[in-house]
Amino acid sequence: MTFSNNNPVNVAFAGLELHGTCISDINGNVLVKLSSGYNICVPTSLCTQAPERAVPPAVHEAEPLKQDANLPLLAIISTGGTIASTVDYRTGAVSSKSTVEDIIKSIPELAGIARYRTLQPFNILSENMNPAMWQKLTRAVYDEIVAGVGGVIVTHGTDTMLYSAAAVSFMLETPVPVIFVGAQRSADRPSSDNVMNAICSMKAGVSDLGEVVVCMHATTDDVACSLHRATRVRKNHTSRRDAFQSIGRTPVGTVSYPEGTVTLEDDAVVRGTYGLRLFDRLEMHCGLLQYYPGMNPDVLDAFSGYTGLVIAGTGLGHVNTDSIAKVAALTAAGTFVVMTSQCQSGEVCDRVYETGRDLLAAGVIEGGSMLPEVALVKLMWVLGNTTRREDAVRMMQTNLKGEFDHDLWRGRGE
Amino acid sequence: MTDFDYEALGMKAGIEIHQQLNTKEKLFSYTPAIIRDSSKHNGEVRRFLRVATSEMGDVDRAAKEEAMQARLFTYYTYDTTDLVEIDEQPPAPLNPDALHLVLMIAKMFHMTPLPQIHPMRKMIVDGSATSGFQRTALVALNGEIDKICRIETVAIEEDACQRVADQVFSVDRLGIPLIEITTTPCMKTPEQVHDVAQYIGMTLRSTGRVKRGLGTIRQDVNVSIRDGARVEIKGVQELDLIAEVVRREVQRQLSLLAIKDELIARSARVNGDVYDVTSVFVKTQSQILKKAKTILGTVLYGFAGLVGMEIQPGRRLGSEMADYAKKCGVSGLFHTDELPAYGVTKKEVAILKETLGACQNDAVIIIAATEQKCQCAMQMIVRRAKMAMEGVPEETRKMLQGGCTAYMRPLSGAARMYPETDLLPVPVTPEYWASIATPELLTDKTERFAAEYGLDAGMAHQIAFSEKLSLFERAVAEGIRPVFVARTIFASLKELSRAGISPETIPDDSVIAVMKAVEAGHAAKEAVSEILSACIRGMTLDEAIAAVAPAFSREELRVLIRGIVAERVDYIKSRGNAALGPVMGVVMKEVRGRIDGKIVSEVLDEELRRIV
Repeated sequence: MTFSNNNPVNVAFAGLELHGTCISDINGNVLVKLSSGYNICVPTSLCTQAPERAVPPAVHEAEPLKQDANLPLLAIISTGGTIASTVDYRTGAVSSKSTVEDIIKSIPELAGIARYRTLQPFNILSENMNPAMWQKLTRAVYDEIVAGVGGVIVTHGTDTMLYSAAAVSFMLETPVPVIFVGAQRSADRPSSDNVMNAICSMKAGVSDLGEVVVCMHATTDDVACSLHRATRVRKNHTSRRDAFQSIGRTPVGTVSYPEGTVTLEDDAVVRGTYGLRLFDRLEMHCGLLQYYPGMNPDVLDAFSGYTGLVIAGTGLGHVNTDSIAKVAALTAAGTFVVMTSQCQSGEVCDRVYETGRDLLAAGVIEGGSMLPEVALVKLMWVLGNTTRREDAVRMMQTNLKGEFDHDLWRGRGE
Repeated sequence: MTDFDYEALGMKAGIEIHQQLNTKEKLFSYTPAIIRDSSKHNGEVRRFLRVATSEMGDVDRAAKEEAMQARLFTYYTYDTTDLVEIDEQPPAPLNPDALHLVLMIAKMFHMTPLPQIHPMRKMIVDGSATSGFQRTALVALNGEIDKICRIETVAIEEDACQRVADQVFSVDRLGIPLIEITTTPCMKTPEQVHDVAQYIGMTLRSTGRVKRGLGTIRQDVNVSIRDGARVEIKGVQELDLIAEVVRREVQRQLSLLAIKDELIARSARVNGDVYDVTSVFVKTQSQILKKAKTILGTVLYGFAGLVGMEIQPGRRLGSEMADYAKKCGVSGLFHTDELPAYGVTKKEVAILKETLGACQNDAVIIIAATEQKCQCAMQMIVRRAKMAMEGVPEETRKMLQGGCTAYMRPLSGAARMYPETDLLPVPVTPEYWASIATPELLTDKTERFAAEYGLDAGMAHQIAFSEKLSLFERAVAEGIRPVFVARTIFASLKELSRAGISPETIPDDSVIAVMKAVEAGHAAKEAVSEILSACIRGMTLDEAIAAVAPAFSREELRVLIRGIVAERVDYIKSRGNAALGPVMGVVMKEVRGRIDGKIVSEVLDEELRRIV
């Protein structure tokens, strides 16, 4: 006999007759939620079907949603993050919510900050994101701004959030804030960071900001979120709330909690600085390689035929001497190779050591202080927008969206 | 207090015992399972907790009430705190040592283990868990307590944070493994509750692997009487109080039922209308009311005299209402059954009643705080007043000093349990279960010590339940006479403790070495505490024996005794055998601690015989 999900079952176990609800029946074992709330897993042979209990379906009045017409309009674009979620207490499954009604029901405070439009271009785990989705997302953001929203909130899984944020940053010139937000701790836990991050992101969405940022916990405390420039942020911890940190600079702003006061740095791009423009072409045939000691130079062969390759080299931007010939072969065949560093901070300089000079001679372009993953996104965007090598070199070495940790490159590159 | 015929009242009680297990590490992290001094914390974390709604739209009512106010909690952290404890990292796998202990205890109660342990999250948003839930898992079902009662379940749980102040918690206790033992509601008198709790406690201690001391074991008691309601009383820490807590709960439920009958007889009613009565008290001398921004009042029609009626020693129906009101952050309430008092005059009470149209038979409740807090508190008071007309509400209550209780929150339901998705189920195979050895019960040990070792019953019991039990068993196993070991533990170690040396600081090895030296005749048993004391000061055992009490041989003793006897020949001759005692005293003064008193007595006896 097998049992289906949600069936009432009786379990004969330990000389007792237990009552519960079947959650799953897999491989001869039934997972039962007992009336006490505990789950137990017992062989199917111990279970019998219980008479269906007449439980009236719970009716939850859908309260008509009132949005305050005097508040600014924001767009919430969900890509599968868990910013507003509900929990199935039976299975523990968390489902993310994407309609305005659901989101405001989960986080009623949001109703006092803005009016909302919502859309969900896709619903995926962020590790399954790809450049085509970055484009789709950027176009969605663009369309919302065209439609007149005063800010865009993108809810996103945290694993690859920085890639998506950097991609939108390069593909879109925006007059309004575009805020990426996520949660590190599951939304079902009463301690989750999702609510505070969401509220802070909406506050940032109606602020004076005018650029693409990531909004996440500033510290482990529930007291403030940081607004990180999309091209200078990294997920620096697997699980902590304050995993996201600005690299090589301070965050461009902070949002206090629960007050919601937004404070911007002097160099934050403010609302209206730029007009709205979309440059949504990407050259997706680009790769990123982390060099390691003793790496077999043949690894580089895997990138043959690629349009672009970012290498995360050691120190000032090196690979071993044995690999240089392979790099030269790649560039000779037309692959655009950019050198970045595995070091957390600082610039690449391939003019100090011989290996570096050999790399330059092999046609490698120095990536300055760009984070390797940001350099990859930028390279896709640059090679999507120009086919002339000298233009590509100039663009890669120009600080376009704050991807360099200081401004000196701008003057020299142009 | 009058005692009741509990069985006739239909009293039913069950208990839940939470006992900390003495494992090295916590249940879901590798940090040490130790209690820290909260003044030594080296970090603080600040968090809000929020109730997530379930798919069905259910929010556990207890959780919802705890989260009524948005509260910022502060957590103290230590150099032993890790990220799991501040909810910044997924949990480590279930501590296998803790599970082993829980299974061992389950086996001692003849329970059936579950084939798989499925960790769950039990939502708790009172701030005592950084995650907002407590991890718990059922381990075994259906056990037996000494044939008097049954155990429903045994679960493994993580302990919660300790509250340092109102909204400040310390994470040191969070995650210490607990066993939770839940009985059926099989107890029918307060004394049975005490006996069952004692038996379970004894069984737990028989493992030698549970933590000891105040706060390491906590009993929750579920009590109901016929026509009453199930009430769960949390956190009874002392076994001696448990029966009293039950008695007082029965008294409370009976009183509430009597109040209900009286309210019905009076056709009492609560309409829930709330009035602003701030103006009544503009010129008041009452310190509390003078400071208040807003004072709200409500009339409970037909409640006069009942709000002030005692339902437990020192507690009235009004105290119950105040407990509910406090959930809104107010410090308490005033009711007309206790007024005039606290600076409120008779005249003010008259005006208050008149303003609200309250008659002699009615009670008026007032609350002084901010408008928002007053409104919230009034709603709670009205709710509680309505419950009074229905009898006893189902509640979770906390114990107060002396055995009374105060309202804490509604009973929690199954809606607060959901799977811990960060952990995999842990299998318990039949082979593993079969391999778990169970220890001898302390009560059995007591009997055995008396029978095998000739200890008297009191001493046997004291040893079996002592923290030095393992020392005793080891020493006996190493061939030292049990009576001597017992005396060393209870006399010599106590002497040291009186001298300010804590017996816990003395290594078992030292005690055993000293006892062996005595047994071998190198030192006298009277010198044990002095030798140990010297060892603690840093001497080796030989040095200590030499310094404190160089052993005295039988021959040396005989020379000494002959000298003493020679000086008292006349006296001894005149007294005959009766001289033994006094002369013995003189000899012992010289040799105490250096040679066994029994030998002294023998030699002295021989020497006296030569004269008499």
